[in-house]
Amino acid sequence: MKKLLSTVALGIAALTIGQAASADPSRTAKLVIDGTEISTHAKGMAGGPLDELYSGWLFRSDETRALQLDDFDNPAFVFVDDGETLFNKVDGSEGKSCSSCHEAGDFKGLRPVLPRWNEAKGKIYSMENYINDCRTERMGADKWKWSKPKMTSMVALISLQSRGLPINVATDGPVADIYEKGKELYYTRVGQLDMACSNCHEDNYGNMIRADHLSQGQINGFPTYRLKNAKLNSIHARFKGCMKNIRAKPYGQGSDEFQALELYVASRGNGLSVEAPSVRN
Amino acid sequence: MGKPRVKVPKSAKAGEVITIKTLIKHKMESGRRKDKKTGELVPRNIINMFSASFNGEEVIKVDLHGSVSTNPYFQFQMKVPESGELAFKWADDDGNVTETTSKITVG
Amino acid sequence: MNISRRNALALGGAALTVTLVPVSFAQAAADDAMAQAVAEFTGGADIAEGGIELTTPEIAENGNTVPVGFSAPGAKRVVLLASKNPGPVVSFFTFGALSAGDASTRIRLAGTQDVVVIAEMADGSYTQVSKAVKVTIGGCGG
Ligand code: HEC
Ligand code: HEC
Repeated sequence: MKKLLSTVALGIAALTIGQAASADPSRTAKLVIDGTEISTHAKGMAGGPLDELYSGWLFRSDETRALQLDDFDNPAFVFVDDGETLFNKVDGSEGKSCSSCHEAGDFKGLRPVLPRWNEAKGKIYSMENYINDCRTERMGADKWKWSKPKMTSMVALISLQSRGLPINVATDGPVADIYEKGKELYYTRVGQLDMACSNCHEDNYGNMIRADHLSQGQINGFPTYRLKNAKLNSIHARFKGCMKNIRAKPYGQGSDEFQALELYVASRGNGLSVEAPSVRN
Repeated sequence: MGKPRVKVPKSAKAGEVITIKTLIKHKMESGRRKDKKTGELVPRNIINMFSASFNGEEVIKVDLHGSVSTNPYFQFQMKVPESGELAFKWADDDGNVTETTSKITVG
Repeated sequence: MNISRRNALALGGAALTVTLVPVSFAQAAADDAMAQAVAEFTGGADIAEGGIELTTPEIAENGNTVPVGFSAPGAKRVVLLASKNPGPVVSFFTFGALSAGDASTRIRLAGTQDVVVIAEMADGSYTQVSKAVKVTIGGCGG
C-alpha cells in the first residue's frame, strides 16, 4: 500500500517536470498480418517531393503498431464486419443489396487507383461517389453521408480487398488540372497559424509536434481507426481535422477542394501499399 | 452491441494452452460524458459483464466497472483438456446480451 | 467496512503527498477512492509485491485506448485499477481452473497515472504490481 502511494506521488512529480515524451516510432518495423508482409516503405517517384515514402504506421508507438498485426486485434474490423452486413442488406425501392450485383472480392484493385476520372460523370470520383451512385441510381436508396459509419464501414470493406497492393493513382490526362489544384492546396498556407500541409508532413515528418509524432500524412491506410475517437475516420474527415488544428476553415467533405487534395496526397504515396483499415492514434 | 469477433484455434493438443481473442462493438458510454448539443450527461451504458466457459465450466468472467475502452477487447489464455465448446457472453447495462460459441477439437 | 490500520496509514500517506506537491482536491479524492477500492477488494488484508506480470505502454499515444495486460498464474480473482480515473476500478476478473490467470484489454486513462493489478491467489493471499503510464495529449492532427 505504501509503495502504491509513493509511486502515485512520483507520477505527479514527473508531470510537473514536464519531461518530453517520446514514443517509439520505427523506420524498420515490419507490418506482417497473418503471415503476409505489407510493405510500409517505398521509394518516391523520381522528381517527386519525397525521396522515401513511409506509411503513417511507422510513426506510431510499439503498442499502436501492434494493434494492426492481427485482424483480431485490429479494432477497425468490427466496422469491416458492419460493412459486410450492409453489403448483404436489401435497401431502397429496387429491393436490391450490393450483393445482388457485386461480390466484395470483385473490388480488388480499386482502392489503389482512386480517386480517378469518371468519364461518364465528367468529374473526379472517390470511392464514396461510386458507392452513393449505386445506392441512388441502382438501388433507389438514400445517399450515405461522406464520413458517417455506414459509408466508412463500406469503404473499409472495399478497400480491404486491395490490402498489400501498391497505390497507383493517375495524375495526368483528364485529372491533370485537378492534380495541380490539389498540389497548390497542399502548399498553400492557411488559417490563423498560417501553415500548409507541407509544413508539417513534408518539412517535419519524424519530428514531434506537442506530444504527437508527425508522419508524412499518407492516406494508404484509410479509413483509419483512431484510438482518439474509437471509430473509422475517412480521408476527408482527417483533412478537416488537420485544417481545424491550424485554425483554418475546412473545405466540405466531398468538396472539389478535398477531392483535389485527396488525389494529390494519394499521388504522394504512389508505391506505398494499401494498408486499410489501419490503426492510428 | 455488434456481432462479436472471436479468434479461437479450431484444434489443439490435450492440455495445450491456447490464446483467445475477443472484440465486440460497443460505445461503452461511461455516464460521465456530456452530450455536446444538450449539455446533459449521457446515461451510462457499458458492457458490464463478459464471460467465457468451456463445456459449461467458467474459464474467465470479467465484471466491467468503467474505463474499458469503446469496442471492448479481451484476450486470455486457457488450457484445453478435451474437445468441446467455448461459449462467450457479453451483457450491457441496457439488458442486451450477446452470445456466441466456438468449437475446439482435441486430436 | 472496517478501516484497518493499513488503510489509515494509506490515508495519512495521501495527506502527506498533498503537503509536498501541489495537488488538487480532485487528486486527493482520487487517492481516497483508490485506497477504498483496494480495501474493498482485499478486505484490508496484507498485500505482497510481485508474482504478477503487468504489461503497459510506458507512454500511451492516446488515453482513450491504452492496451494493458497482466499474467497472474494461479490467481482466483484480480482487480485492475487506474489510480487517477474518476472511478479507479476498471474491472474485476474471476478465473476458473482452466484459465492461465491472464488477460489483456484496452482501457481509458484520464491522464498520467499508475495502472495497478491486485490478485487474490488460490491460498487467499494478495499480491500486487503497479506501473506508471504516461498519457500524452493527442494535441494535434484532427
Ligand atoms: C443493380 C446492380 C448494382 C447494385 C445493387 C450495386 N451496384 Fe455497384 N455497380 C453496379 C454497376 C453496373 C457498376 C458500374 C460498373 C462499371 O461501370 O464498370 C457499379 C460500380 C460500383 C463501384 C465502382 C467499381 C469500379 O470498379 O469502378 C463500386 C465501388 C460499387 N459499385 C459499390 C457498390 C456498393 C457498395 C453497393 C451497395 C451499396 C452497390 N455497388 C450496389 C451495379 C450495382
Ligand atoms: C500543424 C501540423 C499539421 C498540419 C499543418 C497538417 N497536419 Fe496532418 N497531421 C498532423 C498530425 C500531428 C497528425 C497525426 C500524426 C501524423 O500521422 O502525422 C496528422 C495526420 C494526418 C493524416 C493521417 C496520416 C495517417 O497515417 O493516417 C493525414 C492524411 C494528414 N494529416 C493530412 C494533412 C493534410 C492534407 C494537411 C493540409 C490540409 C495537413 N495534414 C496539415 C499535423 C498537421
